[in-house]
Amino acid sequence: MQYLPNILFIITLIAGIGFFVMNIRKISRNIKLGKDIDRFDNKSERWRNMAMIALGQSKMVKRPLSGFLHVIVYVGFVIINIEVLEIVIDGVFGTHRIFQGIIGDSFYAFLIGTFEILAALVFAAVIIFWTRRNVANIKRFLSKEMQGWPKRDGNYILYFEMVLMTLFIVMNATDSPFQEAGIGNPISQFVASLFDGFSSGTVHFIERTSWWIHILGILVFLNYLYYSKHLHILLAFPNTYFANLKPKGQFNNLEAITNEVKLMMDPDADPYAMPEEGIEEAVPEKFGASDVADLSWVQLLNAYTCTECGRCTSACPANLTGKKLSPRKIMMDTRDRLEEVGRNIDENKGEFKDDGKQLLNDYISPEELWACTSCNACVEECPVNIDPLSIIMDMRRYLVMEQSAAPQELNMMMTNVENNGAPWQYNQQDRLNWAKEE
Amino acid sequence: MNVPTMAEMMAQGKQPEVLFWVGAAGSYDDRAKKISRAFVKILHQANVDFAVLGTEETSTGDAAKRAGNEFLFQMQAMMNIEVLNGYEIKKIVTCDPHSFNTIKNEYPSLGGKYEVYHHTQFIQDLIKQGRLKIEDATLKGKRVTFHDPCYLGRANEVYESPRDLIRRLGVNLTEMKRHKSTALCCGAGGAQMFKDAEPGDKEVNVLRTEDALETNPNIIATGCPYCITMMTDGIKFKEKEAEVVVKDVVELIAEANNL
Repeated sequence: MQYLPNILFIITLIAGIGFFVMNIRKISRNIKLGKDIDRFDNKSERWRNMAMIALGQSKMVKRPLSGFLHVIVYVGFVIINIEVLEIVIDGVFGTHRIFQGIIGDSFYAFLIGTFEILAALVFAAVIIFWTRRNVANIKRFLSKEMQGWPKRDGNYILYFEMVLMTLFIVMNATDSPFQEAGIGNPISQFVASLFDGFSSGTVHFIERTSWWIHILGILVFLNYLYYSKHLHILLAFPNTYFANLKPKGQFNNLEAITNEVKLMMDPDADPYAMPEEGIEEAVPEKFGASDVADLSWVQLLNAYTCTECGRCTSACPANLTGKKLSPRKIMMDTRDRLEEVGRNIDENKGEFKDDGKQLLNDYISPEELWACTSCNACVEECPVNIDPLSIIMDMRRYLVMEQSAAPQELNMMMTNVENNGAPWQYNQQDRLNWAKEE
Repeated sequence: MNVPTMAEMMAQGKQPEVLFWVGAAGSYDDRAKKISRAFVKILHQANVDFAVLGTEETSTGDAAKRAGNEFLFQMQAMMNIEVLNGYEIKKIVTCDPHSFNTIKNEYPSLGGKYEVYHHTQFIQDLIKQGRLKIEDATLKGKRVTFHDPCYLGRANEVYESPRDLIRRLGVNLTEMKRHKSTALCCGAGGAQMFKDAEPGDKEVNVLRTEDALETNPNIIATGCPYCITMMTDGIKFKEKEAEVVVKDVVELIAEANNL
């Protein structure tokens, strides 16, 4: 019976991590539904970007206040996790504060003391974040797409952090031997006095309970990631690694079209040529994107990485002038649709069954797509290098090339380009008249 | 004014130093034509041996591509590349950031590889080489703010060339609160130039004009013919035509040099 807590702990740990791994596999499978794109070149530049932007938070701090607060929570989160390692080892082997014996009192005191101060800072930062989201009138948190679940999701994450930080401090405060030693408790010593009148048995019970709820809370939080926008804490790393390295103005040239145009312009091409023997006639490629499977896996990774901060939307000229377009919503819609497709695959034994829905129209309307000025402000703003513009462009391509559904004025513009080589209806022969006028 | 074409050059067996890609706006739009002419004056002053394609030039396909018509874009691109490669063009300069971006970034994988310059970069080089001097007396003391064209700035990270030229004019350059990488679009990009805006509560060009007016400028400078149109319309909307003019950087240089 004395090993019961250890066994319970191990089972909980395996269940918690196992369930998380299962869900991560689903995410990975869903991302792989995307089309192939080569983002494995320039490895050194990619590592550098990841180190600077994800690890180093270089784009976060472009907005100093939220950037600074985020760095506190981020550093706190990463460093306090060293303590989780100790908790796991203690839980498995039934030890108590095993690192103290290994690394010595003074270093242990320094470590735990640092964690406590960070925990207090994180708590304070999270309170400010909560206030920004719920009390301060910050426009990007009040957008239409942030109502309902996204707003609750954001708050749940903050509550999780508040509770976990509190439990960590309480756990230390009620650890009587730890408090008696009086080292590494810069914050918890003040909390400890709250329990002065309690019997030692009660204090020990509170300590054990906090310890257990803390580690259970961490496992629950870990598994909450899958259902939440909070996945960015993991996916920001691959997302910055695989992000576009080319100039932002460079949009990809569709290869399938290059082949067709070359054939059209080749005077030697035989218009009646039959496909060569043995080569299966390729299924005509769909131009552009109307659903998530038409996007690239990087665009789908982008969608899972988005943490809905809304910096993109707050910089979008269309959104700033009251248009329906919000780059953040483009990312949220892409993820929502991708998850719907994923559930469909789960329910149908690994095969996607047509559900009569798609990303276009059911999630993203043409009105949103046509409001984009392709200015790249959203791409520039994203702290983790998400590219909403590429999705907008791929969907426009579908609208124009598959559905001929461009706004009438754009059709006129394109007709002009086709007929007289300019977006306006001028005669090609007048192209040099400007040099003769004054 | 003397604007030689590639066809004429070829007939004389000559190869110019650089091709001036005029672009559709610079060729046909009455306001943008003035920018083309100002740039040609500068080219002449610096004794640059240049040529244009003239009637052989056609749309780069930028607007078509951003509107989603990849097919039309690639048709235009391949036609242009055929002409440019036929003339063995190596170096291209343009006053249009959209042409600049498209030819520089999107033509290479279709077979069109050239050294491409925005006119502000090109003029900067002329100054560095000692071929051109900017007079800093004419516009001295004027308050100027610079609007970053998206396809020059964020798209290609050219922020300094136009600013360097403006500073040489002896003017007082004041930045808007949103500038360089955080600059707000004028509202014309992504083929918006050719259509009405979607329903909203404001036009993008008006918002951007308000950004500019906050700096209390005499001159709003930019480096894109489409930005010129949008900002000029914004100034009209705000009824500030009497106080504020919208000019391309090259027009300011031509004015400063009394061309």
